[in-house]
Amino acid sequence: MSEAGGHAASAADDHAHEHPKYMLIWLYLAILTILEVLVAFLAIPKWMIVVSLLIMAVWKALLVALYYMHLKFEPNRLRLVALAPLPAVAIMIIAIMMEYV
Amino acid sequence: MAHAATAGRVPERGLDVYTQKVGMWVFLCSEVMFFAGLIGSYVVLRFGAADTWAEPGDVLNVPVTAFNTFLLICSSVTMVKAFAAAQEGDQRGIKLYLLLTTLLGATFLGVQVYEYIELVLHKSWQGSHGFTPAAGLYGATFFTMTGFHGFHVLLGVICLAWATIRAWRGHWGADNTHGIEVLGLYWHFVDLVWIILFTIVYLI
Repeated sequence: MSEAGGHAASAADDHAHEHPKYMLIWLYLAILTILEVLVAFLAIPKWMIVVSLLIMAVWKALLVALYYMHLKFEPNRLRLVALAPLPAVAIMIIAIMMEYV
Repeated sequence: MAHAATAGRVPERGLDVYTQKVGMWVFLCSEVMFFAGLIGSYVVLRFGAADTWAEPGDVLNVPVTAFNTFLLICSSVTMVKAFAAAQEGDQRGIKLYLLLTTLLGATFLGVQVYEYIELVLHKSWQGSHGFTPAAGLYGATFFTMTGFHGFHVLLGVICLAWATIRAWRGHWGADNTHGIEVLGLYWHFVDLVWIILFTIVYLI
């Protein structure tokens, strides 16, 4: 198949993938939110609370981005566009952490 | 003439997605940097003056905001259901889920306004009555971050209301899903940002 033909087929199959289990993702998000609130008030060291909360927040954000924003099913080139700002964010986070090290 | 000039060229493949979606993703990239700047500033200010911050639940109402977070998560699932309904040409589903998403977004804003009123009128912070944007770094950063996010939600609700009206006019369908998908990307991003803000501002 030629490049042009591939492009046309790709456009036609823009959403050829099956729908993810949206309600299951919703359930995960709801459970993680409840867990976050419970963890925030646990009588454990603060650093453990912070690390747990950040892990759950990133987990929830990934679920939204991958399944609700369909990044899991997009072409790699669009995923690269979506990931483009993350190196800059990583540099900023490292720079902020350096302030306190 | 133009045909002669382009004859024999192989069309560039691009990103394999339609232009509006690429445009929205590029816009969202700029939004990532915008909110990353806000959150980064918050972290620097907070750790630089930790004693001027309250513990979770001391000033901010965590249960109410957790409920609001749940509303936004529900609105994300109704938004993606609206898109799925559009792909299947299910007119009833498009109308129902777009309307639900609009209502959930508007309710989120209503709860946020209630939260602001409670904070400004009925909370005390460091000896002064009322937790306002003038209440030190804590107040300033809290209202800046949640306010900018709320403004994004407001824009989303306006666009959703418009999309819902168009749904009742039969605008969307299996052959016209792009508008709902692009609006959905924006809406899910607003949800994603709130997930991070809720953790950083309310729980940590």
